[in-house]
Amino acid sequence: MIAKSNEDVMVPVRIGLLGGLIAVLIALQGMIQTFSARDIVGGVISMSQTLLLMTLFVTGYLAVSRSGHVRPVFALFAGALSGFLASLLVVALIFFGRAINLGAMMVNATSELYDLLTFKQGLMMGSLFLLIAGVVLGALSALTFLLPSKTRRPIVVALVCVIVLGVLQDLLTITLSNLPALTPIVKFFYVSNGLSIAGAVTVFVLVAAISYFWSTRGTQIQNRINGLPPASRRGLRWSAIGIVVVILLLLPSIVGLYISEVLDLVGMFLLMGLGLNIVVGFAGLLDLGYVAFFAIGAYTVGILTSPELGRAVIMGSWWAALPFGIAVAMFAGVILGVPVLKMRGDYLAIVTLGFGEIIRILALSDLLKPFLGGAQGTRGIAKPDIGLIQINWGPQAFYYFFLVGALLVIFIATRVKSSRLGRAWMAVREDEDVAQAMGINLVATKLLAFAMGASFGGLSGAIFASKLGSIFPSSFNFLISINVLSLIIIGGMGSIPGVVVGALALVGLPELMREFAEFRYLFYGIGLVVMMLTRPEGLWPEAARSRELHEAEAEAEVEPATAGAVAGK
Amino acid sequence: MAILTATKVTKRFGGLTAVNLFDMEIKEQAIHSLIGPNGAGKTTFFNCVTGFYRHEEGLIMFQGQRLDGWSPDQVTRLGISRTYQNIRLFANMTAIENVMVGEHPHLRSGVFGAIFHTAGTVREEAQAVEEARRLLRFVGLAGKGDLLAKNLPYGNQRRLEIARALAGKPKLLLLDEPTAGMNPAETVDMMAFIRRLRDELGITILLIEHQMRVVMGISEIVTVMDFGEKIAEGTPVEIQNDPKVIEAYLGRGSASEMLRTAA
Repeated sequence: MIAKSNEDVMVPVRIGLLGGLIAVLIALQGMIQTFSARDIVGGVISMSQTLLLMTLFVTGYLAVSRSGHVRPVFALFAGALSGFLASLLVVALIFFGRAINLGAMMVNATSELYDLLTFKQGLMMGSLFLLIAGVVLGALSALTFLLPSKTRRPIVVALVCVIVLGVLQDLLTITLSNLPALTPIVKFFYVSNGLSIAGAVTVFVLVAAISYFWSTRGTQIQNRINGLPPASRRGLRWSAIGIVVVILLLLPSIVGLYISEVLDLVGMFLLMGLGLNIVVGFAGLLDLGYVAFFAIGAYTVGILTSPELGRAVIMGSWWAALPFGIAVAMFAGVILGVPVLKMRGDYLAIVTLGFGEIIRILALSDLLKPFLGGAQGTRGIAKPDIGLIQINWGPQAFYYFFLVGALLVIFIATRVKSSRLGRAWMAVREDEDVAQAMGINLVATKLLAFAMGASFGGLSGAIFASKLGSIFPSSFNFLISINVLSLIIIGGMGSIPGVVVGALALVGLPELMREFAEFRYLFYGIGLVVMMLTRPEGLWPEAARSRELHEAEAEAEVEPATAGAVAGK
Repeated sequence: MAILTATKVTKRFGGLTAVNLFDMEIKEQAIHSLIGPNGAGKTTFFNCVTGFYRHEEGLIMFQGQRLDGWSPDQVTRLGISRTYQNIRLFANMTAIENVMVGEHPHLRSGVFGAIFHTAGTVREEAQAVEEARRLLRFVGLAGKGDLLAKNLPYGNQRRLEIARALAGKPKLLLLDEPTAGMNPAETVDMMAFIRRLRDELGITILLIEHQMRVVMGISEIVTVMDFGEKIAEGTPVEIQNDPKVIEAYLGRGSASEMLRTAA
């Protein structure tokens, strides 16, 4: 009886119908047509076909995983059933669409769509093929689920890698063509449209092998590394850091102009994220107007170095203006902080949002036009020239500014986090009243958080202003504050590596996904929602550190056996 | 010698007078209990002492200093620490970090020292960690420093809160229902521990308690509060037999057996 009770047919039915609905939506959204031109594996399978088949596969997989503990036979049945139902819905769409012209309501419901959906095999053959594909893929996904994880994981990882490499074909081929030495490799893996068959198979086998090796031998290797004497371990760690540093330094030349531009954007948001991380992540002060400090840093540098606005240039050198940019932003942080000291939660959020808007509107205003340039903005902002040395001020050069800035800010934030001040901030975040009862001066602590966070934003703005050469009030809108906040949340609030990961994920990825054109933001939104559902603590959350420490402490601390009982017996 | 004197302290919330012309004197190094039915105003009085509330009338003196209008962090620096009825630890910080926050008023390093790891800061941090470990050992949480506070079992959380309060090197410790939720064995441990605090560290203890066994077992003086006013004060034995106290807890004309159950 107990074994049977889990075998609920409604689970695969529900999930199958849901999967079918999603497949229909994907079709009606136009993704099938848009992606049909590109192949994942040249001549074998296109992106849109992959998308459709993956949807069926995932439907089956979810149906089985949601069924819990069931007999393998039932699992296979569940997978096949849900796959079948999903493809049934797609077939229904095709038949329905053929009968009634949906094109009036849904732009993408064209005959081209139906052709694609039936894999160009004609109505009956194509539909049959779809249904069979649904059943087969569903069963396959059930099989995959039933496999022991040692076998399953390499297969899944390898499959995902092949798909990712296929999706990013443009990006990778263009980037790698910067390095002539790699051209033969590129030619092996890629054909004009998609991966080569040989290339796809190679990737699959290679990745599967590495993944399998790691899952079997990985812990062994880790233990061996941990077992090494501390001197060797430190040596290993420093060489790893060294390699990373070298790669970071050489990155712009390797990846070319386009990706350097992306890296600049990532760096800009990273600096802002690290600053906001101090305010929101460390001290728990919800600031929705962070873009104000970015704007202030940019405008300060702009005003000081730009020859426009009918005044003589106040400072010719960006380097001289930089400290002022940071200082004025820091000062603005304090000004924002003072009136909001007693506010909490939602109220604090609204007021800071208002502050952000005030700054933007002031920059836009005619009132301050003589000083700030109004809607036309400020142009002619100085580049960071050093004396008379001629430098080509492109995205690659500015990359190094963002890199140094980021390293500096990461250093400061890390040092401060594990200090008395950092603990005070975290206490304020956890429970403000109790923090005060512990002797923490709330005013000083909060103002310091605002000031330090603002200064990082100002730094980012100063570099940004110089890079663009001209700034306009429209660049400093509310959406930037939201993006910075999002990347902190996705990365893991309060965690410094988390901010780096968040910036790469939320700023870097959408840029790299230009393949997907108009669907970029759809995926971005879906990604955010999925993240919050499956891993709300973020990609690299804080507390992980504590658990690691715990293992180390339990071994290191050799407490005498008297510890434990509190009683004064 | 009185370490804390409250004279005619009154605290109102709009139309409700939570504490009304309350007098109390706590002798140095005494274990003094404050009891009364729920809603009597005991925690409100604690909050007035620690500066969380501003009392409207009256005077609170600590070691000859007037405490009126001081903010909680200033009061803590003077030497008064407290624990809370519903444990208020810093949940997402580790146990040792919690205790180190308690040490905050006694440390001095600031932003500059933090960023540049100046010699003074490094030394101070090392000492702070040592002291925190020592306090954790003292309350019986040795080796548990790197566990997150929210993952500790209930009894350990109470001990951690006390360790955190002790980190501030208080002369007066306010304990708000320290044995709430404890079974009899744990309660006995806690009673012995509180006695140790006074005997070994010379700390004066002011205790809010509901478990009569604890009150009768370790207090030297008991003050009874009801509806914001002091209705009785004296040794545990005197309190047990005071008809006003019995009435406050059990209503007019009820049996007095409950109060007589001394441990």
